[in-house]
Amino acid sequence: MIAHAIFFYVFSVIAVVSAIMVTVSKNTVHSVFFLILDFISISCLFIMIGAEFLGMIMLIVYVGAVAVLFLFVVMMLNVAQQKNQWFVSKDSSRHIPIGLLISVIIFFELIIVIGGWKYKPDLFNSAKSSLENGVSNTHSLGQVLYTDYIHVFQISGMILLIAMIGAIVLTFRQREGVKKQSYLKQISRERTEGVEVLEVASNKGVKIDD
Amino acid sequence: MIDIGLGHYLTLGVVIFSIGIIGIFLNRKNIIVILMSIELILLAVNINLVSFSIYLGDLSGQVFTLFILTVAAAEAAIGLAIIVVYFRNSGTIRVEEIDKLKG
Repeated sequence: MIAHAIFFYVFSVIAVVSAIMVTVSKNTVHSVFFLILDFISISCLFIMIGAEFLGMIMLIVYVGAVAVLFLFVVMMLNVAQQKNQWFVSKDSSRHIPIGLLISVIIFFELIIVIGGWKYKPDLFNSAKSSLENGVSNTHSLGQVLYTDYIHVFQISGMILLIAMIGAIVLTFRQREGVKKQSYLKQISRERTEGVEVLEVASNKGVKIDD
Repeated sequence: MIDIGLGHYLTLGVVIFSIGIIGIFLNRKNIIVILMSIELILLAVNINLVSFSIYLGDLSGQVFTLFILTVAAAEAAIGLAIIVVYFRNSGTIRVEEIDKLKG
């Protein structure tokens, strides 16, 4: 129990500090690195609390795909020259007090909701860990996911497909003046258009237009 | 303090959620950090769902966390594609210079 407490506090402090650093740090690349640290510590919490499959999936999807995608875009867009312009514009700094006010109000509302939560006394005893009846977390999750939620599962696959197509369509552009190989043109080429028979006059040579 | 319960995890979720909202409001730098704040908010929602799912012994929360993960990945991909296209067209992604709609 005390190990649980120690690990919870360590991981959650790392998560909160790195979440603050994501929003505060001036360099966008550093923000992405702190985002990665945040995801890793939260997935450690998930693994510790007993949701191993989700912790691993969070590592794969967020750290392996989403954060690397962010890094690619940050490095592609060359935003490094804008890095020391935080809170400087007079025009935008009037949004800051009301933004802070709204965030603090949301924070205290949620804290009040959680603090006023009444638990049933036997709530945590009635919750059975799935490991106790010999089924791992991944196994039981699969049993629910592929039976009760199969339609939602397939729709989420369609969402991923649409996102992929949308990203390709958005960033695709046809460039002018790029020489490409065209297989159809190569295959459908005839002898008559490839070879030309010329009458060569003596002592003159041939002019080839290309 | 020593006995870690559901409330601790929910509080962690609340803190990260609020940090994400603060990041959206206060960020004047570039729009990528706003996307990252949205990822933080989705992460906080995931923490809430998973902790409720574990402590109530119901697997539906973890299933919906999977779906949120899917939607977050799709959203990040589309959002970053839009940002790349915008940067190609206008040459900037600073938040205060994106005012074509006069908002």
